[in-house]
Amino acid sequence: MQPANEKIIRKACLRANNDKARMLDILHEVQDQLQCIDSEAMELIAELIGSYRVEVEGVVTFYAFFSQEPKGAITIRLCDDIIDRHEGFKDLVETAEEFLGIQLGQTTEDGRFSLDSTPCIGMCDQAPAALINYQVFTRLTPSKFRTLLRKLRTESDATKLVTRYGDGNNSHHLIRSMVNNYIRQTDKVLLGKIPKEAGLENALSLAPAAVRAILRDAGLRGRGGAGFPTGKKWEFAAQTAATRRYIICNADEGEPGTFKDRVLLTERAHLLFEGMTIAAHAVGAEHGILYLRAEYRYLHRYLEDILKRRRKRGLLGSNILGKDFHFDIRIQLGAGAYICGEESSLISSCEGRRGEPKNRPPFPVQAGYFGFPTVVNNVETLCCVPRILAEGSRWFCGFGTQQSTGTKLLSVCGDCTQPGTYEVEFGTPLVDVLQNAGSKQASAVNIGGASGQMINRDEFKRRICFEDLPTAGAVITFASHRNILDITSYYMDFFIEESCGYCTPCRVGNVFMQQALDKIRNGLGEPSDLDYLKELGKTIIATSRCGLGHTSPNPVLSTMANFPLVYAAMVKANGVGLQAGFNIQDALDEARIIAKRRSLIYDPAYETGGK
Amino acid sequence: MTTKAKTFTIYVDGEAVQAVPGQTIMDACDEAGGYIPRLCDVEGLVPQGSCRICTVKVNGRTVAACTQPAEPDLQVEHETREIHSYRKDLVRMLFHEGNHLCPICEASGRCELQAMAYRLGISQATKYPYLQPVRPVDASHPDIALDNNRCILCGRCIRASRDVDGKNVFEYIGRGIDKHIGVNGANLAATDADIDDYAMSLDVCPVGCIIRKKEGFFNPVGDRQFDRHPIGWEIESKRIPTTDISGPAGSDQEVKP
Repeated sequence: MQPANEKIIRKACLRANNDKARMLDILHEVQDQLQCIDSEAMELIAELIGSYRVEVEGVVTFYAFFSQEPKGAITIRLCDDIIDRHEGFKDLVETAEEFLGIQLGQTTEDGRFSLDSTPCIGMCDQAPAALINYQVFTRLTPSKFRTLLRKLRTESDATKLVTRYGDGNNSHHLIRSMVNNYIRQTDKVLLGKIPKEAGLENALSLAPAAVRAILRDAGLRGRGGAGFPTGKKWEFAAQTAATRRYIICNADEGEPGTFKDRVLLTERAHLLFEGMTIAAHAVGAEHGILYLRAEYRYLHRYLEDILKRRRKRGLLGSNILGKDFHFDIRIQLGAGAYICGEESSLISSCEGRRGEPKNRPPFPVQAGYFGFPTVVNNVETLCCVPRILAEGSRWFCGFGTQQSTGTKLLSVCGDCTQPGTYEVEFGTPLVDVLQNAGSKQASAVNIGGASGQMINRDEFKRRICFEDLPTAGAVITFASHRNILDITSYYMDFFIEESCGYCTPCRVGNVFMQQALDKIRNGLGEPSDLDYLKELGKTIIATSRCGLGHTSPNPVLSTMANFPLVYAAMVKANGVGLQAGFNIQDALDEARIIAKRRSLIYDPAYETGGK
Repeated sequence: MTTKAKTFTIYVDGEAVQAVPGQTIMDACDEAGGYIPRLCDVEGLVPQGSCRICTVKVNGRTVAACTQPAEPDLQVEHETREIHSYRKDLVRMLFHEGNHLCPICEASGRCELQAMAYRLGISQATKYPYLQPVRPVDASHPDIALDNNRCILCGRCIRASRDVDGKNVFEYIGRGIDKHIGVNGANLAATDADIDDYAMSLDVCPVGCIIRKKEGFFNPVGDRQFDRHPIGWEIESKRIPTTDISGPAGSDQEVKP
């Protein structure tokens, strides 16, 4: 190994105190500086942090943003979400392939550029988008992209190519991003005008149990999708006897089509950290972690700065607001893994390991981060907390429905004129949201992203709330000219790519789902394939180990249920006796090559001497 | 450990099974002589719940019996038609994920995947497509070869090496359908793997992935591990002591070569 490289690795490990739990931070630094984490690097890292090579390799190969092969100095990651596909992803790929002379997934010979695609980067309201060395570029067109690429030949700092900044804090000197917030509708809880630190002051004047009681009375439920009562979660963590407890904020917003946490992280960072601090007081935690997805790394410096300011103001650290209460937060950067949005996987990732889910029980509130009781809450959930503490639980219950109190942030995107973030009261009919977003033509709406469901027009009157139409945020509208099967296939590809592979049904079953779906898409499906998909989906849902597997057949099952005609039109009974998916010519090809002659029976051209 | 006082009862398909705190559903059933099919779990290693073949239903929710703690009065559904069908699907998935060509595999007859298929009544090609992976074979080590094409990712070798041998020869690499077992070096010969490691013993690899060189096909057909008894027989024989070698008492299950 070159001494210069060795120095970089040693420095990266030292900066993380040679702590194995900080493996992701170390790998990020090495990847940034050396463009790869090769075999020698893994060996040295293992030696320095008291691990072993194959364990480091296991972590490196788990996360999409780490690479064993050298990446380009300019690493381009085009966002390959279904919305980006509809907005011109393919044109961008062709543009780049032509300009750079490489294929998607390759690196130029001079090591200058590498070209990759990555699932949803949380920019569906300004697609098509790309990450270039973690700098976000939105609303790209082939000509804009070509200009960018030309400049990147000589300019290594992608940040300098951002000429116009987005609204709000996106123009902050520590962000300087072209991302726009697109806040289209505000309400009083999160995106309206908000008093500073009133919730924290109130909370610290109360006993922890009293804070938990207020949360319980407010009926706050987790905004990440599952809707678990937040007060109850805190109660469990507080009741578990332990020497330490942890508060983790889940900012791994990976669900395709969801970007509302991006807006909160940009515009409501103080509110979020205030919420984490209140949570810490309520459950008796001294340590907090913000798990920030790597796609949002452009916000990292800004968020670090806010933490620093809060420490300076006595809102974090020792003796917060002069009380006998100590709490601090560190930011853990993810590295490209959707599964880490699942709370126990997220904890594994924070521990510097492969982001695989843990066995439950014990639940994280009993034994989470390194075995200590851990509360994992979504960004939006934690942002609601200071508001409840400031205004009271009764005020909060004034919004929404009986079982879904408060407001909900929705990420609306797709075929609509006003994509962006909407704060609506729980109970709002979907049709109202669609109307506000300018989506008159929608014939299908995806609610909740890849793991959610695809619904048809008959269901647009349903209300957005836990008791009717729950969503973690995604509302993706599709006009009638969009191909439902293509969309479904995209989502299945997404799950195949993002499955951690730990359990059999999710690892293998989803591949089978995709193959059967492809058969139908290609017009080779038979009616029995529909039953096959249903049965297979049932097995995957029932036997998978975590939420990813439990929801991965949803794209297929919900489109089959709500758009049966789309499937019916594509399958046909086959009277010939051959399996419809079987192509005798394809099957014979390999044998033809080996035998170096054609088949007398199946190659009609043989007799006539044709090709 | 004398925790007799704390013994409690769980109900498996309605039948009372005694359990003690700290036991999983599978532990309790094993002790009572009730076999729950499993591939990734084996006596002596920490259960990890990855193959999912031990899926049972508890209070209407499906869970892995090998990791789910037994609790007083738990109602466990085990041999229902629904659970049986899930298990068959999972075993089929494993067969179709890798390249399992029983007639040319030295593990045939002592292969747990094969034996499980027979036990669950899978004896012919199934509805799933074959993925036919082409994974490299590592024959670098003088005494051991690894044919990853037969790996079912049970991770038993990882745990055996780490927890029993105190080495770290194996670890999971990659994710999703590309997930596979990696070795702690450029190849197996570059690691401290030894033929006498517990991880390399016949007890650990349930299939023909870890191959002990120069000793394949050591048992003639008829004498192999699962030729006379179906998989799970040792556990079931606890319940019904029998001298009959044709299998668990009352079972007329045909065991095919």
